[in-house]
Amino acid sequence: MSTLEIRDLHVAVGDKEILRGVDLAIRSGETHAIMGPNGSGKSTLAYAVAGHPKYTITSGSVLLDGEDLLEMSVDERARAGLFLAMQYPVEVPGVSVSNFLRSAITAVRGEAPKLREFAKELKAGMDALSIDPAFAQRNTNEGFSGGEKKRHEILQLELLKPKIAVLDETDSGLDVDALRVVSEGINRFRASGDTGVLLITHYTRILRYVKPDFVHVFAGGRVVEEGGPELADKLEAEGYEAYTSKVSA
Amino acid sequence: MGLDTKPLSTLHEKSSYDVADFPVPTGREEEWRFTPLSRLKGLHNGTAAVTGGVVVDVEAAPEVRVETVGRDDARLGRAYTPADRVSAQAYSSFEKATVVTVPKMTAASRPTVVTLRGSGAGATAYGHILVSVEPLAEAVLVLDHRGSAVYADNVEFDVAEGATLKVVSVQDWDDDAVHVSHHHARLGKDATFRSFVVTLGGDVVRLSPSVSYTAPGGDADLTGLYFVDADQHLEHRLLVDHSVPNCRSNVTYKGALQGDGAHAVWIGDVIIRAEAEGTDTYELNRNLILTDGARADSVPNLEILTGEVAGAGHASASGRLDDEHIFYLQARGIPFDEARRLVIHGFFTQMLEKIEVPEIRERVLSAIEAELAR
Repeated sequence: MSTLEIRDLHVAVGDKEILRGVDLAIRSGETHAIMGPNGSGKSTLAYAVAGHPKYTITSGSVLLDGEDLLEMSVDERARAGLFLAMQYPVEVPGVSVSNFLRSAITAVRGEAPKLREFAKELKAGMDALSIDPAFAQRNTNEGFSGGEKKRHEILQLELLKPKIAVLDETDSGLDVDALRVVSEGINRFRASGDTGVLLITHYTRILRYVKPDFVHVFAGGRVVEEGGPELADKLEAEGYEAYTSKVSA
Repeated sequence: MGLDTKPLSTLHEKSSYDVADFPVPTGREEEWRFTPLSRLKGLHNGTAAVTGGVVVDVEAAPEVRVETVGRDDARLGRAYTPADRVSAQAYSSFEKATVVTVPKMTAASRPTVVTLRGSGAGATAYGHILVSVEPLAEAVLVLDHRGSAVYADNVEFDVAEGATLKVVSVQDWDDDAVHVSHHHARLGKDATFRSFVVTLGGDVVRLSPSVSYTAPGGDADLTGLYFVDADQHLEHRLLVDHSVPNCRSNVTYKGALQGDGAHAVWIGDVIIRAEAEGTDTYELNRNLILTDGARADSVPNLEILTGEVAGAGHASASGRLDDEHIFYLQARGIPFDEARRLVIHGFFTQMLEKIEVPEIRERVLSAIEAELAR
């Protein structure tokens, strides 16, 4: 049983405050959706929690099972059980997918997997996401299409088995088939054990495949409304206008 | 000054066997402005007196002929005329030359390894090597520089019609070595030349690989890798002179620098002369600056005197490790040092695959490992 607890989080980029007091608690077994218009600070939340150097935490706290994530380096956070699936996965020239994944698994599990077992695990993971096995030898994310990059993120999610996964617009840029494959991956991950998911999205589309327990509406750098899955239906029908005007008022 | 009033090329102005034709460099000249002359131990001004102490040892493929010859051997200096002061000094000062010949239509069955070993920082020597690959012959040659010396030399690669020569030159000198060297490849019709330069050690290494073509169809691929540490000066000056039609050249040099006073220089000169229609050329230099206090100078020059080229381009970039690469790897739990190591390996990986000799590839890999562990 794990809990990611975000309390009164304020985050700035340079002099500009982006997050203005975010409170969220995600427990294993729960799926939370954060929805909001562009520029509302959704991605900032994801990157700040993961520890991207561009973002400065000005106040607040982020705890994973009571441990202060903000005191940890980026890699320590990942090893503590946090995972961020990125909206724009980074191309790393000259580092093969296989080498990258083996290094990551070794770091997260604390020991290098046996080569044969790793090969088997990798193949099974790639098959499940309909990833061409040839990708194992390609450079990480280099020349991948948008959909291939997102599948590769979910492959990492399934291999690294974090306690809490933050998925930042994993659905953006996917066609319907890719969306289904990626959603199935997320659902396998949810069913695999005690894991919590924070799904950040602009559109309700992915929520047809990945059912959230809680929906939070983000605007102006904070949560402005919370509810159950029915809130997503309301957003689908009415859009974000009500919230954006509320913020500027 | 318009094109019509320029000399034939501004990049390759002068060549002569006579030292006196080249004034002693002051450091203000374009071709010397990056080089720390005070650290050349007199190679540039004639005060470096020969003491000997560089032993040349050749382990040849059975099909390959190796000779040690005197200055008067008529074959020497045919493929290359010295292009600067130190090169001319070396040409007029060497005592013995090594001639490696790959006979006509022969494919050497294994690499020929030429080891040049300096006996210590007190050793001062000039050298000359001629590698002659006769028509339709094929060979792999390794030049392996070790130990320490103050050494200037010229290496001629004469690659005849339809022949292929692949060279790996490793500058793995001790920290106090000074090495100024010219490698010139002259390519005959449809000849293929592959050069892989690895420069790791030495106080000052200035290596000038150049290529000329005598007939169409020549194909040159020049790859270089260097790792510069604190207070090292590693300089590579490339010149590809396209003077005949339908030849190809590709230059890719990549280096990493770390430590105070680490200095890399890369000059990439390509001339496409008026008669060299159908030329296809590209040159690239990238520098990865790993710490403060390191400096990379990268200057590509492309001089095109004809409108009829198949392709001509260059690119140069020097910068730090990309924070986004490191963040991505760290976000998957990989510790910073390991992430850095992966990214730097990745920077060199594709080039390393080009090294034809597995033992050398392994050696370069472990040298990079050792550099990263510093």
